Amino acid sequence: MNILVCISNVPDTTSKINFTEDHKAFDVNGVQFIINPNDEFGLTRAIWFQQKNQATVTVVTVGDSSCEPILRKCLAIGANKAIRIDTSAKDGFYVATQLKSLCEKEKYDIIICGRESIDYNGGMVPGMLAQMLKLPFVTNCISMEVIDNVVNAKREIDGGIESISSSLPIIIGAQKGLVEESDLIIPNMRGIMQARQKPLDVIDPVSSSAKSSVEKFQKPQEKESVKLVASENIDELISLLHNEAKVI
Amino acid sequence: MSIIVYAESLNGKFKKSAFEVLSYGRALANKSKKSLVAISINADDPLKLSNYGPDKIISLKDPKLIDFTAQNYANVISEYSEKENISILILSSSADSKYIAPLISVQLEAGLATNVVSIPESLSPLVVKRSCFTNKAFNNTTLSGLINIICVSNNSFGVFENPSKPEIIDESIQSKINSCLKVNSIDKASGTVSIADADIVVSGGRGLKGPENWHLIEDLASVLGAATACSKPVSDMGWRPHSEHVGQTGKPVASNLYIAIGVSGAIQHLAGINSSKVKVVINNDPEAPFFKAADYGIIGDAFEVVPKLIEKLKAFKS
Repeated sequence: MNILVCISNVPDTTSKINFTEDHKAFDVNGVQFIINPNDEFGLTRAIWFQQKNQATVTVVTVGDSSCEPILRKCLAIGANKAIRIDTSAKDGFYVATQLKSLCEKEKYDIIICGRESIDYNGGMVPGMLAQMLKLPFVTNCISMEVIDNVVNAKREIDGGIESISSSLPIIIGAQKGLVEESDLIIPNMRGIMQARQKPLDVIDPVSSSAKSSVEKFQKPQEKESVKLVASENIDELISLLHNEAKVI
Repeated sequence: MSIIVYAESLNGKFKKSAFEVLSYGRALANKSKKSLVAISINADDPLKLSNYGPDKIISLKDPKLIDFTAQNYANVISEYSEKENISILILSSSADSKYIAPLISVQLEAGLATNVVSIPESLSPLVVKRSCFTNKAFNNTTLSGLINIICVSNNSFGVFENPSKPEIIDESIQSKINSCLKVNSIDKASGTVSIADADIVVSGGRGLKGPENWHLIEDLASVLGAATACSKPVSDMGWRPHSEHVGQTGKPVASNLYIAIGVSGAIQHLAGINSSKVKVVINNDPEAPFFKAADYGIIGDAFEVVPKLIEKLKAFKS
């Protein structure tokens, strides 16, 4: 079994979000980058397939050389091979086009993307890739088993869970639940040493144009400070919520 | 050229987001002087949409589309979008809409922006404001497709009545079914409000000390007709199911009222609930970061405050 896990390089979840002075770019000063959490849940699931079903796990990212540390981390976690498509990620369509080109050259049985990145939050790439490759697609996936080339998956829907079956190959939009937070693999020294020897191929992008572009960023307005209500004065809270906020 | 709105329904009933995206569509149609077409799929009463201003309603009935399957829904919406010669397609940001939007965007070669929070700031080029960094920031995105798709963030625009006398087209269709993906079963959490659709969400954190105390959250939610949610540690410890975890790696919340009880307010949690309009925090630690993010707060012991709040709310409601 051949598995591709698509990885985004994103700011750590605890990062303070700031922008450059002209508001045109994210300010990377002092920011630690991590594997996008949704991608990491997917990667961990892929490593389980590797351990149990002898799957080969390839990780790929679309980005410049600053993304290589997280690819090395994926290798230290256990991926067999890494690929970096050497271009900056212009938008979801552009990234999906790059991945499509790779998927047409190599044959992958399972392609896993995080359901969305925690920076741009577009949630576009897995679905676009599925449509471009005309493959079945399960997003918000919280469980996946493969027996005899049949995939049984569960997907979180608004207010419930849907069970789905499909044939391979398939594209998965991963999220927490596919594996648990406590299942995430912290690389050990042996993994880190081995990762240095594993292949990290840099390939050229295919030509494609983006269909959207980000012009400027802004932060939410500073909010007014909290109105405190004394704990023995619940009536006042109810009155504020009813008369002032008008939400009950 | 026209604008199409897909009005989502569940078991034949329109979701609240259907009226919101239609209200958004009406405002955009007025601004761009285009006609507004609403599409419904297996909705019982498509005429309900006429309260929100469409010029035309296309009501599709297809026995094969009773269950939501992304590929089939995307195919149908793409097909009608092409027939209507659209320039903009508007969807909600529900799980289903965000599932089909990227599929449709490839089919129509359209630009796509999700989590859009307001009416486009400019029409030519089309510039929309959307939330990013899990609600910690916004960006202005220019969409450059010949057709563009906007997924409106839930509860960001509001529902505005605007009665119209639309032309109504009823069509029975038989869509071709994509056979490789099969829905086997759907487990709906019964009798409860889902976090995505809720006007009010009541959320509990580690301060509640254990799952045995969750009746406080559930009772308060039931008085308010609210959905229940929890913080990440609570779901990690298995006190509550993952489906209730809200925050950066969990579900986003965009309710009118969010009540956090015993939740300290880690930056990842606050990011996920930031789009809620009014936030209330109850916590015994005055230093809890949630107090900086909240609109109203009570510094006090949840085990004393919440039962009193439930009692007073019952009296207020009756």
